[in-house]
Amino acid sequence: MGNFSYWDILRNLLMAGVWTVALSAIAFVGGGLVGLAVLFLRTSRVPALRLATQGYINLFQGTPLLMQLFLCFFGLAALGIEVSPWVAAGVALTLYSSAFLGEIWRGCVEAIPKGQWESSASLAMSYFEQMRHVILPQALRIAIPPTVGFSVQVVKGTALASIIGFVELTKAGTMITNATFQPFTVYGTVAVLYFALCYPLSWYARRLEVSMNVAGRH
Amino acid sequence: MAYQLQFAEVWPHWEALAKGALYTLELTAVSTLAGVAVGTLGAAARSSRNAAARAIAGAYVELIRNTPFIVQLFFVFFGLPSLGVKLTEGQAAFLAMVINLGAYSTEIIRAGIEATPKGQVEAALALAMTRVQIFVHVVLKPAFERIWPALVSQIVIVMLGSAVVSQISAPDLTFAGSFIHSRNFRAFEVYVVITVMYLVLALFVRQLLLGFGRWAFRRT
Repeated sequence: MGNFSYWDILRNLLMAGVWTVALSAIAFVGGGLVGLAVLFLRTSRVPALRLATQGYINLFQGTPLLMQLFLCFFGLAALGIEVSPWVAAGVALTLYSSAFLGEIWRGCVEAIPKGQWESSASLAMSYFEQMRHVILPQALRIAIPPTVGFSVQVVKGTALASIIGFVELTKAGTMITNATFQPFTVYGTVAVLYFALCYPLSWYARRLEVSMNVAGRH
Repeated sequence: MAYQLQFAEVWPHWEALAKGALYTLELTAVSTLAGVAVGTLGAAARSSRNAAARAIAGAYVELIRNTPFIVQLFFVFFGLPSLGVKLTEGQAAFLAMVINLGAYSTEIIRAGIEATPKGQVEAALALAMTRVQIFVHVVLKPAFERIWPALVSQIVIVMLGSAVVSQISAPDLTFAGSFIHSRNFRAFEVYVVITVMYLVLALFVRQLLLGFGRWAFRRT
């Protein structure tokens, strides 16, 4: 194996970090699309749909993400569908994100004054037209800070994909530790790299929140 | 050939499941106590007049909140021994959870402290209470009352996150699942059962803590 310089460690971790970013992006975009469906169902006028969506959200918010990953990984295999860690991690993180994003966005939709619903209904708009033209454009504004904030949870969540064998930043850290016997340096660097990914997002979310609060006070 | 679900294969291992669930609960209980204590100290530091204390507590919160729990756990379990700190898997799991919950609860408790009306502190000062007395009696208790629901949610999140400690062989509920899986190869059935157990534990812990809050912050 030869000797590993710190540069070798860092370079390998950075290469693996690309997969962390890719998986985060897939989970966030996929979760956003499914989350939009969750939002529509959760705020629907059919009680059964609302109840079913509530159950979906409770299931994902009340169980460990690790179990969700295991169920996707082993469960799909049990159904006879061969899944790579890639697919299992992408599916599990998408569903997980959709439950949280759907619930975050529901709060934003419900923050829109009732009069907006009533006046758009009086213009003979359908539910989807109301959402599309009246409610969502206003809800979008207040939804941005918590959505950016949640993206940090997604990035951190991808670390669990290492457990089902997806080689991203954390898994690469374990592999490099096994080769170099320098856990302190390697996991320290892994932590710094996650911090470099997450902190700007946290900072941006907080700044948006503050600036919007200031705007709301006028 | 279609896959036959065989949950019956899981039941002979009920003892391992019960032990694992108990371990998860115990780990959550002790790390909650220590973590909230750390969070209270952190929040006191964050809202103190000492700039250095504020900066250190702030850096701690940001560092922990912006890195995954599993990396914190691996750092504690695999990384610290090279500094001469040797920990068993149980101790490492406990320490990592305390550090993690400590950071999140620092922010939650701080929000409660900052919402204290100024007049309350001024009134306490007028009664010649010392700074420590004011912090404990006038600031802290109402702060906890305000943030209790948020703190309970965070404790449940930490408990669910503790599934990861199975990766360093701490014998929790997930570890029991992996053990049973290795015996009967019924991965899907085992993890369905484990997932449902976590769901029940989460509901139980949540209701228990909310009930405790109603009792602790009751008006007489």
